[in-house]
Amino acid sequence: MEEKKITPTIENASCPLPLRHNDRIVLGHGSGGRMTEELIQHVFLTHFKHPELLLGNDFASLLPPQTDAHQGRLSVSTDAHIVKPLFFPGGDIGKLAVSGTVNDVAMSGAIPLFLTASFIIEEGLSIQVLEKVVESMAYTAEEAGVAVIAGDTKVAERGSVDQLFISTSGIGWIPEGRTINGQSAQIGDSILISGTMGDHGIAVLAERGELGFSTTIQSDVAPLNGMIAELLKAAPHTHVLRDPTRGGVATTLNEIARQSRVSMLLQEEALPVKKQVQAACEMLGFDPLYIANEGKLLAVVPEAETEQALNALRAHPLGKDAALLGKVIAFENETPRVLLQTLIGGKRIVDVLSGELLPRIC
Amino acid sequence: MAFTETYRDPQLVTQTIQKIKDIITKPWVIMEICGGQTHALMQHGFDDLLPQEIELVHGPGCPVCVTPLELIDKGIAIAQQPDVIFASYGDMLRVPGSEKDLFSVRAAGGNVKIVYSPIEALQIARNNPDKQVVFFAIGFETTAPANALSVMKAKELNLKNFSMLVSQVRVPPAIRTILSDPHNRVQGFLAAGHVCAVMGYHEYLPLAAEFQLPLVVTGFEPLDLALGILETIRALENGKNEVINAYPRGVIQEGNRSAQDIIEKVYKTCDQKWRGIGTIPDSGWKLNEDYTDFDAENRFDVGQIQTKESEVCISGLILQGRKKPFECPAFGTLCTPQNPLGATMVSSEGTCAAYYRYQRK
Repeated sequence: MEEKKITPTIENASCPLPLRHNDRIVLGHGSGGRMTEELIQHVFLTHFKHPELLLGNDFASLLPPQTDAHQGRLSVSTDAHIVKPLFFPGGDIGKLAVSGTVNDVAMSGAIPLFLTASFIIEEGLSIQVLEKVVESMAYTAEEAGVAVIAGDTKVAERGSVDQLFISTSGIGWIPEGRTINGQSAQIGDSILISGTMGDHGIAVLAERGELGFSTTIQSDVAPLNGMIAELLKAAPHTHVLRDPTRGGVATTLNEIARQSRVSMLLQEEALPVKKQVQAACEMLGFDPLYIANEGKLLAVVPEAETEQALNALRAHPLGKDAALLGKVIAFENETPRVLLQTLIGGKRIVDVLSGELLPRIC
Repeated sequence: MAFTETYRDPQLVTQTIQKIKDIITKPWVIMEICGGQTHALMQHGFDDLLPQEIELVHGPGCPVCVTPLELIDKGIAIAQQPDVIFASYGDMLRVPGSEKDLFSVRAAGGNVKIVYSPIEALQIARNNPDKQVVFFAIGFETTAPANALSVMKAKELNLKNFSMLVSQVRVPPAIRTILSDPHNRVQGFLAAGHVCAVMGYHEYLPLAAEFQLPLVVTGFEPLDLALGILETIRALENGKNEVINAYPRGVIQEGNRSAQDIIEKVYKTCDQKWRGIGTIPDSGWKLNEDYTDFDAENRFDVGQIQTKESEVCISGLILQGRKKPFECPAFGTLCTPQNPLGATMVSSEGTCAAYYRYQRK
C-alpha cells in the first residue's frame, strides 16, 4: 500500500500576536516599556498638555514665577487621595486630587501654579474609567489655573489597591509680605466659613449606598484659589486660611486654636448646614461639625475686615452661604479650646474628632 | 425639619427652664436613664442653664457600655475565625474587650463590617453563601424589634449562614435595681422616649407605685428635655408619684404593638449580665426555642473565655449613677476616647465620652 504523502501547507499559518489590552489596565501598563508609553500617550497626554510634560523627561524644568526670585516664597504641599466610590455626586477622585492639593497650597495665601500627579492603579481597572478621571483632573486644573507638569503611573496587582489612588503635589508662589498660617490667629479675630458644612462627607456616604436612604446632596469639591484671591483683595490682613477636610470644621478649628494658642467661641445659630445634610446627620447620630468638606474654607480675619471678607466670599459663586461662625478669644485654662454657645444659651466644648466617625445604635 | 426646629426653639426652651426655676424650692436628684439623653443634655449645654437645685445623674442606658465583657470577647473570637463575616453597629468596634477590640481584629485581617441595621447583615449573608455571617445584636428595647425581625427573615429564607450574638437588655429591671440599692439617691427618673415608643410605659406604673417616685417619659430635643425635667420637678414638688408622659408626640401607653409582637415571637426573657453592674434578674432577652439555631453562641465553639477588666476603670459606678466621670482618677488622662479603659468612654451614648466631649473643664 502506497503511503499517502502529507504535504504541509502554509495557508493557515498564524503568529500569536499579543492582545492589545486597551480596555483594562494590566500589569504590563506599569512595566515602563511600550505599554506604559502607549498608556501615557493615549490617556494622559491627550489631556495634560504642558510643554514640559510633552518633552518626555523625568523632570520638569521651570522658571521661577517672578523675575526676581528673592521676592516672595514658594508654597509646596502634597496629598494622597483615596475615595470610594471613584465617582460621586458633584465630583470624582480626579477633581478631588486636583482641588485638594490646589487648596492646600492656596491656604498659605499662595497662587497655585503647578501640580505633579502619581497614579497607583489596580490591575483590571477599566481604561475608560481612568481616562474619565484624567479628563476631570485636566478640566479642574484648567479651572484652577494650574498646570500638571510631571507625573508617574504604577500598576499594582489586583487586590493590593482599591481601583485607583492618586497622589498630587502642588507648588505655588506666595507674594512678598503675605503671612497666612495656623499660628497667626489673634484674640478678637473673626472666624468665617465659606459655606455649608458636611456636604462632601454625606454625599460620598450616600453614594456608597450605606445610608439606607438616598439624598440629593452634592459634594462641594472645588478648587478654592479663585475665591481666596477675591477674599485677600477684600481682607488683605487675613491671618489664617484652612480647608476643613477630614475631621470637619471642629477638628480644623481645634488645630488652629492649638497652633495659635488661643480659644474660639462659636455660635451654634450661625453654623451653616444644608437641611438634607442636617437630616442625614440626625438619622445617623453624626454632627455636621465633624463631617468632611472638600470645597470650603475657614478664614480667621481681623475684626475690622470682617464685613469686607464676608462680602467678598458671598460675592463668589462658591461662597454664597458664607457665614461668621464666631470669634477668637483668650483661653482660660491650660489648653486652648473651641467652645460653642448653644442655641438655647448653654456653652460646651467642641472637641476634635476621635477615631472613626461611627453611626449611633439607637 | 420645621418640626425639629420647633423643638429647638431657644425662646420656648428658655421659657420652660424659667418655669422650672419658678417652681423649684429644694434640691432634687434626677436620673436620665438613657445615654442619648445624657449626650443631648450636654450637647445643648443644659448644665449651664438648669437651676443649681437640680442634680442630674446619668443612668446605665448605653447599650454598648453594658454589653458584658465576655460577650465582647466572644465576638472578637468569632470575628477572628476564617470564613466569618462579623457585622456590627459601628459603635461596638472600639469597645475594649479583655485584650483587644474589633477594630484591631479588622486591622489584623478579620472580616468585620459596620452595618447600619441588622437587615443589612442579613443581606450580606444572602450575598455570601459560603461565609458564616454573625450579627452582634446588642441594645435596649429600641434595637430589639429590628434585631428580632432579621432572625425571623433569616428563618423564612432558610438561611443557614446567618446567626446573632445577642445581648439584648431591658430598662425597667435596671431601674428597679438602681432603686433597690441602699445607696440610691435618685428621686425621679426621665424615662427614655425611644424605649417607650416601642414598649409603651405601662411597665413603669408599678415602679412608680412601689418606690414612690415620679417617672417622666421624655424625648430628646432640647424642648423635650426641658419639658421632661419640668414635669419631673413639678411632680416632685407636689409629691405626685406617678408616670407622666411628656413625650406624647412619640409615645402612647401601650407602645408599638406590632414591634412588641415581633419581640415576643423571637425572644424570651432571661437574667442578663450588665457590664459594670452585674446580673439583673429578668433584664434581658435571648432567642427562644424556635430560634436557638440562629444563636451564634451555639453555632461557634469559642471555648472558655477568661475576661479581664481594667483595674482603674470605675465605669460600673458611673453606670449606676454613683460616681461622676470627674471623680475617676483616669478620666481624661489614662482614659480618653482614643485610648479608652472602659466602655463608657467609647460609645456615643457613654457618660464618660459625653463629659470628655462636651464638658472637660
